[in-house]
Amino acid sequence: MQYLLMLYAEEAGWNKLTKAEQEQGVAAYRAYTEALTKAGVLKGSNRLQPTSAATTVRVASGKPQVLDGPYVESKEQIGGYYLIDVADLDAAISWASRCPGASHGVVEVRPTWSMPA
Amino acid sequence: MSFPEGDAQAHDDVRKTADAVARRSYGKLVAFLAARTRDVAAAEDALSEAFAAALADWPVRGCPENPEGWLLTVARRKVIDMFRGRRRHELAGEQLRVLAEGLDAAATDVQIPDHRLALMFACAHPAIDAAVRAPLILQVVLGLDAKTIASAFLTSPAAMSKRLGRAKDKIRQAGIPFSVPEREELPDRLDTVLDAIYAAFTEGWTDPGGTDVARRDLTEEAMFLARLVTELLSAEPEALGLLALMLHAEARRHARRNRHGDYVPLAEQDPALWDSQMIDEAEALLRRASALGSIGRYQLEGALQSAHVYRCRTGRANWAEVVQLYDALFGLVGSPVVAINRALAIAEVHGASTALAAMQEVAADGRLAEYQPYWAARAELLAKTGAHAEARRAYEIAIGLERDASVRRFLQLRQSALAP
Repeated sequence: MQYLLMLYAEEAGWNKLTKAEQEQGVAAYRAYTEALTKAGVLKGSNRLQPTSAATTVRVASGKPQVLDGPYVESKEQIGGYYLIDVADLDAAISWASRCPGASHGVVEVRPTWSMPA
Repeated sequence: MSFPEGDAQAHDDVRKTADAVARRSYGKLVAFLAARTRDVAAAEDALSEAFAAALADWPVRGCPENPEGWLLTVARRKVIDMFRGRRRHELAGEQLRVLAEGLDAAATDVQIPDHRLALMFACAHPAIDAAVRAPLILQVVLGLDAKTIASAFLTSPAAMSKRLGRAKDKIRQAGIPFSVPEREELPDRLDTVLDAIYAAFTEGWTDPGGTDVARRDLTEEAMFLARLVTELLSAEPEALGLLALMLHAEARRHARRNRHGDYVPLAEQDPALWDSQMIDEAEALLRRASALGSIGRYQLEGALQSAHVYRCRTGRANWAEVVQLYDALFGLVGSPVVAINRALAIAEVHGASTALAAMQEVAADGRLAEYQPYWAARAELLAKTGAHAEARRAYEIAIGLERDASVRRFLQLRQSALAP
């Protein structure tokens, strides 16, 4: 089953860290990605640019509405994702708990719809 | 439709057999089908159709030698049909074939393997809303209907049905596994299963007089589940502890009401009215549990019951030991309920003022404002320190919060017994 792990965190948090802490953070994510790859479960991942670079698009009555900023105004914003393929929810939860993002923010785990063969 | 005399009898016998099979095997059959399909609702539907088919077929052709196998064969076919019919977008053709083969192969076994434990772990999975775990286990493993469960948990049948449906959808859609967790995770995950079973038990237990039939049955069902878990996981001390705790509580059922229907608190109960067989069984379980060397919440609660029984039977005060047990329990559970009971025990050793101070530590918890035992305990302690006016006020609140009429009467008696 495929699960999308969505990493939510307070955006300002990263800049509040010292250089050393940031380097540690980067290393932790690199190790995590390496582990996922080695286990053969990683299908995709990305770090997203901050919400200051976000644009919201909505089409109402045939006309596109384009707005500056993220869809949801909230303290925690999505900052990255991992798409993994594992046996069941317990396996997905296990990987999510190892994600560095789970320690300083929240990881949402959601299954994808499986496509017919 | 009317049956001639002989057929009516046959029909009755078939009904009895079917009911007996249902009681004995329902959970096992649901668990078997659900574990293979990951779809609890489909398993339940298929099985209920199979039972309906049995009631139509068995009076005509006689009861089969292996009723479980018969039901499973019919249910299997229905599940596969259901899947073929509606699952095209969710299941690839290949997966469907594997599924059907798996059901075929497994059903030729004479003995249907018991996946009830795996089913309970799925129902009590952390990803399932905590409030629905107990009702879910009761419905899925025991076949109780939403109406029965709803009234015990003080919700409407419609609301309960909806929540149960959502939980089953979650199990299917999120890929919650049907398996007994690995060794490292087992104690934690088992706790959620035990908590769910205990929640069902306490729902039944809020009818200590046993007059509400729906709730009393819930107590029995919960004990059945606790017993099942101890049989399937006989080396898990907390499972043994939970059953011991329940047995202790059940053993005193008939002593909790006198013949006028009045509520009798523990300190005033007649130990001769207790079921000593249940108590003996509870004690044996607690001994087995402690030999396994891993203390936990339910063992501590069981040990507390044990201590109360000892004190009431022998007349020898053991409150210092009781306080120690509550200290340990509070360290593990830290709930206001434990704090209150601990305070009452502290009162026996160090006096009511010290006890009131101990209770103040948890008084900030907002939930206590609506918790009758908190106010009743506070009233009792205040009365002991001579603060009668305050005690009277506390009793008033406790009475206002109590649902059970005979407990209200008891509190009212205590309140009016206070010197002005």
